[in-house]
Amino acid sequence: MKNLNKDQLRLDLNYIARIIENNSRVLDLGCGSGELLHKLAQEKNIRGHGVEIDVENICACVEKGVPVIHADMDEGLGEYPDKSFDYVILSQTLQAVKKPHIILHDMLRVGQTGIVSLLNFGYWKVRSQLFVQGIMPRTKTLPYQWYDTPNIHLTTIKDFKNLCAEGNITIKQQINLGQARKGGVLYNLFPNWFTSLAIFVIKKNK
Amino acid sequence: MDANSIGIVETKFFTFAQPPNEMHLESGVKLGPITLAYETYGQLNERGDNALLITHALSGDAHVAGYYSPNDPKPGWWDFMVGPGRPFDTNKYFVVCSNVLGGCKGSTGPTSTNPATGKPYNLNFPVVTIGDMVKAQRELVRHLNISKLHAVVGGSMGGMQALEWAIKYPDMVAAALPIATTSRLNAQGIAFDEVGRQAIYADANWKNGDYSDYNLIPAQGLSVARMLAHITYLSEESMHEKFGRRLQEKERYGYDFSTDFEVESYLRYQGESFIKRFDANTYLYISKAIDYFDLSRDYGSLENAFKNVQAKFLVLSFTSDWLFTTAQAKEIVRALMVNGKHVTFCEIPSNYGHDSFLLRNACMEKMIADFLSYANA
Repeated sequence: MKNLNKDQLRLDLNYIARIIENNSRVLDLGCGSGELLHKLAQEKNIRGHGVEIDVENICACVEKGVPVIHADMDEGLGEYPDKSFDYVILSQTLQAVKKPHIILHDMLRVGQTGIVSLLNFGYWKVRSQLFVQGIMPRTKTLPYQWYDTPNIHLTTIKDFKNLCAEGNITIKQQINLGQARKGGVLYNLFPNWFTSLAIFVIKKNK
Repeated sequence: MDANSIGIVETKFFTFAQPPNEMHLESGVKLGPITLAYETYGQLNERGDNALLITHALSGDAHVAGYYSPNDPKPGWWDFMVGPGRPFDTNKYFVVCSNVLGGCKGSTGPTSTNPATGKPYNLNFPVVTIGDMVKAQRELVRHLNISKLHAVVGGSMGGMQALEWAIKYPDMVAAALPIATTSRLNAQGIAFDEVGRQAIYADANWKNGDYSDYNLIPAQGLSVARMLAHITYLSEESMHEKFGRRLQEKERYGYDFSTDFEVESYLRYQGESFIKRFDANTYLYISKAIDYFDLSRDYGSLENAFKNVQAKFLVLSFTSDWLFTTAQAKEIVRALMVNGKHVTFCEIPSNYGHDSFLLRNACMEKMIADFLSYANA
């Protein structure tokens, strides 16, 4: 694998970039300003496509030469034919969509493999805010107040795994990331407590 | 004239399809000779592949940018887009625009002389389609020694031509930029066009299209057609902002049928200035061509229409455009995506309705410039 220049990418995007194989077709849902797709196009010769709702972000994608569709993914991915992508990526976005379970299945209809990164609401610091302070948790990555948050479907690692199990989705790989990275043993033993961010590589069971 | 203006330009003419080699129109009729009025800015490179073909809307012409003389009060219709450092950068691209076949700005159309009679064609001019317009442009592109178009860019009816180009000549078009357009007009759009045509037919001066024989102009009819169309190019919001319910040079209602409101006065002005620059029969023909355009009908389905396109697409719509809506743009985008084509789509925020594409918009300008720079990558 070619060495990816990690300088500018968000932590989870770096790990996601490593998973993607050369020359593959990649759909990035909520692609933001297109950094990941741009990087992958340059370094892994992928054929990428983004879906994004924010016009400024779309401008930034076009500036990089990243093809992007202005759309709300809550309206579904009906435009994309079955298995038209090798990978469909949903990075730190699942918590903001209206129907996460439907998006997950649509991802795996459109793509062979899904890659989801999610902010873990089971992380101990998050839990302690609710448990000790009695307030709805706020973190660096989820800084919103309860009343103005776009994150309407916050989840934990455990919740996500349950959803996959119920939906006949296999988790091929789980990468635990985030603030507790250096936590060592606990971090890998009890990721739902000690990991603030996790990546899942998922596939639909045949 | 600002520093990035392309300055003084001139209209040129290209004539082809001389009998017996007339052009075959979609209707089955043969037409020739055909003249296209066109303008070019910038230089064609050695490979002949840096040309941008600009395709104009209903009332447009070949004069996209620049001035005809130092005293010319107005530049071309998309001047802010063309010039050094502008989105259609004349340091990089060879910019071409021609008046459409059937037009009245120098290209062969209903006002041209019919070689068979020595008189203007008027309604003897054959009905032309968007496909015919594009077919004629193909001849011009060949004449200019363009090997491949870097891009075809157009708004409204110009966008229809951009779509047609990418479909009909897939290996000739590196990028297509259909803006504020549709693959087929909806019933509402056809309805507006028909009211415009009826206004012209109803004018006693129209004389079944032979008004020039009588030295008349169906001014009232054409003016009403333009007034109606102009409303469809604006948005409720932009009209409210521009005019509100303000009265025209009066403090109180006149309680008569003279002009009361500013918006009335504005529309009348639009109508009156239009008759000075546009021909009524031409209006009938071009609005008909727009109504006939229907890629789904031509190719069985829109998906099928795009099956063989090779161009990269940038599809743009505007939030306040209710004539050529975002939903219609999305139909195009969807059909391209189903075919796995390279497509970028954005609904650009603007309050100015369908006319938005003709007005300065930083987002649109930047997106077009950036997209063009990757078009042949």
